[in-house]
Amino acid sequence: MSEGTLYDKVWDRHKVTELPNGQDQLFIGLHLIHEVTSPQPFSELRERGIEVPYPERNVATVDHIVPTRPEGRERPLADESAEGMLTALERNTSETGIQFYGLDSDKQGITHVVAPELGLTQPGMTIVCGDSHTATHGAFGSIAFGIGTSQVRDVLASQCVAADKADVRRIEVAGTLGEGVHSKDLILKIIAELGVDGGVGYVYEYGGEAVHDLSMEERLAVCNMSIEGGARAGYINPDETTYEFLRGREFAPEGEAFEERKAYWESIASDADAEYDDVVHLDADDLEPMVTWGTNPGQAVGISDPVPAPEDLPEGEREAARAAQEHTGVTPGEPMAGYPIDVAFLGTCTNGRASDFREAAAVLEGREVHPDVRALAVPGSQTVKSTLEAEGVDEIFRDAGFEWREAGCSMCLAMNDDSLEGDERCASSSNRNYVGRQGSKDGRTVLMSPAMVAAAAVEGEVADVRDLTEVDA
Amino acid sequence: MSDVAVEEMKVRRVAGTGVPVRGDDIDTDQIIPARFLKTTTWEGMDQYAFYDARRDDEGELNDHPFNEYKGANVLVVNDNFGCGSSREHAPRALARWGVEAIVGESFAEIFADNCKSLGIPAATTDAETVAELQDFIESNPDAGIELDVVDETVTYDGKTVDVDIDEAMRGALVQGIWDTVALLRSNMDAIDETAADLPYIDR
Repeated sequence: MSEGTLYDKVWDRHKVTELPNGQDQLFIGLHLIHEVTSPQPFSELRERGIEVPYPERNVATVDHIVPTRPEGRERPLADESAEGMLTALERNTSETGIQFYGLDSDKQGITHVVAPELGLTQPGMTIVCGDSHTATHGAFGSIAFGIGTSQVRDVLASQCVAADKADVRRIEVAGTLGEGVHSKDLILKIIAELGVDGGVGYVYEYGGEAVHDLSMEERLAVCNMSIEGGARAGYINPDETTYEFLRGREFAPEGEAFEERKAYWESIASDADAEYDDVVHLDADDLEPMVTWGTNPGQAVGISDPVPAPEDLPEGEREAARAAQEHTGVTPGEPMAGYPIDVAFLGTCTNGRASDFREAAAVLEGREVHPDVRALAVPGSQTVKSTLEAEGVDEIFRDAGFEWREAGCSMCLAMNDDSLEGDERCASSSNRNYVGRQGSKDGRTVLMSPAMVAAAAVEGEVADVRDLTEVDA
Repeated sequence: MSDVAVEEMKVRRVAGTGVPVRGDDIDTDQIIPARFLKTTTWEGMDQYAFYDARRDDEGELNDHPFNEYKGANVLVVNDNFGCGSSREHAPRALARWGVEAIVGESFAEIFADNCKSLGIPAATTDAETVAELQDFIESNPDAGIELDVVDETVTYDGKTVDVDIDEAMRGALVQGIWDTVALLRSNMDAIDETAADLPYIDR
């Protein structure tokens, strides 16, 4: 078992007791709530007459089902079931005294974008949400993981979950990411190397020079996709980058209190001599922009690498690869570059932050979206949107031919009216390329970084962003 | 929770017939597409289990096992079943269709946790044993299968094979404490003490 890691320390601080079945009862410092996985738990609490003991440790927003066209956000929402979910969350949060950033709030957005930018997410916390991408918050050095709806009920009722401690795998990334290569490419590479189920039973600790050099927003993208590698949680030890990001945020402590809190944050970082259950080494120097060719996030290659032939893969992966290639219509032996796209989608809890849009805007400036491409820019939160508008970044997107939308999960999973049609191929900054994920069962998703989405939008096909930006070789 | 209530919630064995769903990495978007999550109750979930996979291009029901093995209650799957989205709607949909136990090579963690929350045992075994069980069900769709949660075995075709059930899951099922609300709330004093010791909590 691991010892002296951040995971061990934060777990121990939050362990309430051991339960009769051997699991630990873990106190939850921050529970994030959204409309899809919370209505049933609130109903059950009401039926059982249970009050929420720690309402101030719970924060809600609405993200999955919200329309992203400004005119679509008038109440009542056109989609009756979406309106019902939103109304339920309004009632549930107001009855229990839980803070809710609704459609009328300028802070509304995707939970995993909102909590970090408000300073709610802090190092040394335990954070859960009825959403698998809760792993995102590990970027601050917290233990953050997705839970099911019954566990949402448990947290509302007790501010605790029953949980099993995982093993800790250190993923040590040496070197430096090259020009045009982003943290999204790094995490896609990690998943491709270790597999979509490689992390089952593990929490991932990301470290090493290449991770240390990442900004907070880039770190969030890495931890976000831990679950795509099977790891329920992933984290990065807090450092000056973390503390500087937090300073001045709405829910971060101020002045003297900040320094006191920082002492706690520093104390929970993994010790230099911490023991891990497993250590994996990667090098960032040779990494190039990554793109997926299949129907799970581990089926990815570098932009200039050929798509693998199923028969060249390990035996257990061949059948899935064949089925995936039949669905995506790609030819083994050829690179992904050159496949035409129909849709470019920028946003989500993975890559819907201000820096993601700035990276894409740098590619789009002075260029136009290909005439055959429908292009959507969906900020991860209204705060991200207003920040970018103040900088004029929205104008770059509009001028290029992107639709500039309001915040929400949007076409990542198409629970609103943003959806792929038929067998459209989408260059997407999201996190899952599962069959049917983007709203059409024949739709085809190619996962990539925001800069690569911008390049694909301009070229009308999967393209290497480094060919569009001037790079000194 | 009363003793009677706990007794009723104990899951010690599941007996019935099987339904094989083959394939690795079957994600929860396949088990229930996101468009069916737009609801505030669990009603109707049974219709949505494998909704798209059960239909052909014309929207007609195809030969998917969930169309062919109605009445079965032991689902037999392969590797990393239930990966992806945390949606508890996935095991809820399976349960409402009729699934009471799952045997597979491995499960994604959140999915397994959700099964535990619903009192559905998720047992693992090696690929060969799973394949034999799937083959057997396909040849004998009406034959009985029994998962013994206490002994961690599956009995079918006159033989008994060993399976593994995660200790925490097995304990919760056998002891009848998989509905954790009362259990967790019974430690409220210890919860408050733990919270009071955390530097980031003012109360």
